[in-house]
Amino acid sequence: MIRVFISRDMASVALGADAVAAAFSDAGVEVVRTGSRGLFRIEPLVEVETAEGRIGFGPVGPGDVAAVLAGAHPHRLGDVEAMAFFMSQQRFTFARCGVIDPLSIDAYAAHDGWIGLEAARAMVPADVIAVVLESGLRGRGGAGFPTGIKWQTVLAAQGPEKFIVCNADEGDSGTFADRMLMEGDPFCLIEGMAIAGHAVGANYGYIYIRSEYPFAVATMCEAVAQSAERIAPFQLEVRVGAGAYVCGEETALLDSIEGKRGQVRAKPPLPALKGLFGKPTVINNVLSLAAVPFILSQGAAAYSQVGFGRSRGTMPIQIAGNVKNGGLYEVGFGVTLGELVNDIGGGTESGRPVRAVQVGGPLGAYFPPSMFHLPFDYEAFAAAGGLIGHAGITVFDDTVDMAGMARFAMEFCAAESCGKCTPCRIGSTRGVETVDRIIAGDRIDENLQILRDLCDTMKFGSLCALGGFTPYPVMSALEYFPEDFGGAPALAAAAE
Amino acid sequence: MARKNKSAGRPSVQADTIHTDAVRRLRTTLGDRPGALLPWLHALQAEFGFIDDRIVPVVAEALNLSRADVHGVVTFYHDFRRQPAGRHVVRLCRAESCQARGGQAIERAAEQKLGVTMGTTRPDGQVTLEAVYCLGLCATGPNALVDGVPVSRIDTERLDRLVAQVNA
Repeated sequence: MIRVFISRDMASVALGADAVAAAFSDAGVEVVRTGSRGLFRIEPLVEVETAEGRIGFGPVGPGDVAAVLAGAHPHRLGDVEAMAFFMSQQRFTFARCGVIDPLSIDAYAAHDGWIGLEAARAMVPADVIAVVLESGLRGRGGAGFPTGIKWQTVLAAQGPEKFIVCNADEGDSGTFADRMLMEGDPFCLIEGMAIAGHAVGANYGYIYIRSEYPFAVATMCEAVAQSAERIAPFQLEVRVGAGAYVCGEETALLDSIEGKRGQVRAKPPLPALKGLFGKPTVINNVLSLAAVPFILSQGAAAYSQVGFGRSRGTMPIQIAGNVKNGGLYEVGFGVTLGELVNDIGGGTESGRPVRAVQVGGPLGAYFPPSMFHLPFDYEAFAAAGGLIGHAGITVFDDTVDMAGMARFAMEFCAAESCGKCTPCRIGSTRGVETVDRIIAGDRIDENLQILRDLCDTMKFGSLCALGGFTPYPVMSALEYFPEDFGGAPALAAAAE
Repeated sequence: MARKNKSAGRPSVQADTIHTDAVRRLRTTLGDRPGALLPWLHALQAEFGFIDDRIVPVVAEALNLSRADVHGVVTFYHDFRRQPAGRHVVRLCRAESCQARGGQAIERAAEQKLGVTMGTTRPDGQVTLEAVYCLGLCATGPNALVDGVPVSRIDTERLDRLVAQVNA
């Protein structure tokens, strides 16, 4: 019987993969549903198993079954992994995504699954943490805090009960790596959490997934049920968010799991010492935890040998927005922004010139092409007044109105503020009003000064990154695109 | 655990039997696990379509919380509705990546073609149009969830089909 592989990823389904899969099934073909390979231009993608390996066709529709099976479809891609977009990647975390049936625990085991967990359980906890420290792994949620140090703090904390919490509240626009991993290789995340549990002495873990990701919720629940015996005595539970962006902030997330309003807590105490239900808690992003099985199975050196400066290992970068080759691109740190947008991303899908890219989600800075030399690295982006955040890049063409985007940043902050601290709660609303006055041409210079002051207050006075980082998109829009705010063009942009 | 709040058991608005029955079932299915409130509210909204004000005191009593605690949580999270939604729910993404792909024009067209403003339900109860901030399909926007089904690359033509679908 002929076998084909078709993604069941939410993005593939949104592009029609279910209808394609049904058409192949109806034709008597065995259909294996996988995660997504991560290049959405070729979705829905069908890979046909042949003696020469898997041959990809995409995008295809439900009417293309015969042409694909005959090998005659015009969208024949050949070996998908040999395509330039995939050849140049270093897939440490996403090695299995798009390859295997994500809910086959046997397929996971057959593709190097559980090796990291077995290696970890053969070591004492402190040695596991030493490996993670040596790998140089830093928090992939955006803060870039060394994962090993966080674990060390929890291991050293005294207490009969500790927790592992996975932050899967991936709310940043332009990011989807957590979603793809959970839908495409859920056991990898489970294995990472079980390793963390062993490393710090925690027996219970929560995966907090946003409700906007119904596919990820379903896949993770099923995978957690299937792997219960494999990871015992460690236990896992999936919790579903309820549409609050601020719950991606770690302390708000903990409150949300506790059944409260997702409001930010003051730190200290650190969650590592007093976290979920007041107990020592490791709280890590999906990608941080999912990187751990590779590190434990392949060794710290295999991970840390790639990277740039103090940013070690790989980053699953998400190229999004108005871009030709949008998708997931996992590669070692150090690749430049320009390479990502122009070479790998292929420029805009609209064919118009790139005017701005926002890196790091709604709280990240907007950069013009004059900043495309920036290497993808935590420190380099911080020095340039931005952040890599969760590594999402949203590309805009020259039709974008940057004053409108600055206004949107403030509007979004106002809608999503948890309300606990004044700079964020009040400042964001005043920010919308001030940008509106500037757009209306009302005392522009005076209002720009007010906006700068306001951003300063929010940046330094807010309790968490929501209020504290909303100034990044606003101020960068102002700095690089002053002409959209009624000012003269920036020098750097004029020199382009 | 929260201290027992005496007022929690005296609802100001009479709960229906269907509410007390539903809460009794939740005690069995989900139990009073730590931090049970969000899972309970999700389950209740899945059953009734919204969180009726009348069920708030019943939930509070069952979980040993104050009514204010439960009300506070229901009103904090965007997902929980206090009124029923329309027969169809269109959740259209308004976030940056969809905006970069023409989302604003689609949003205006959706409001106009569906005959409903963002964040409201059409008077005939047929459709609710809501904003969502990112579905994680950011390379193929503008995106929406239509009655829970994800749809990407929404252009005028696809929008017309969605409108016909929810009007049917």
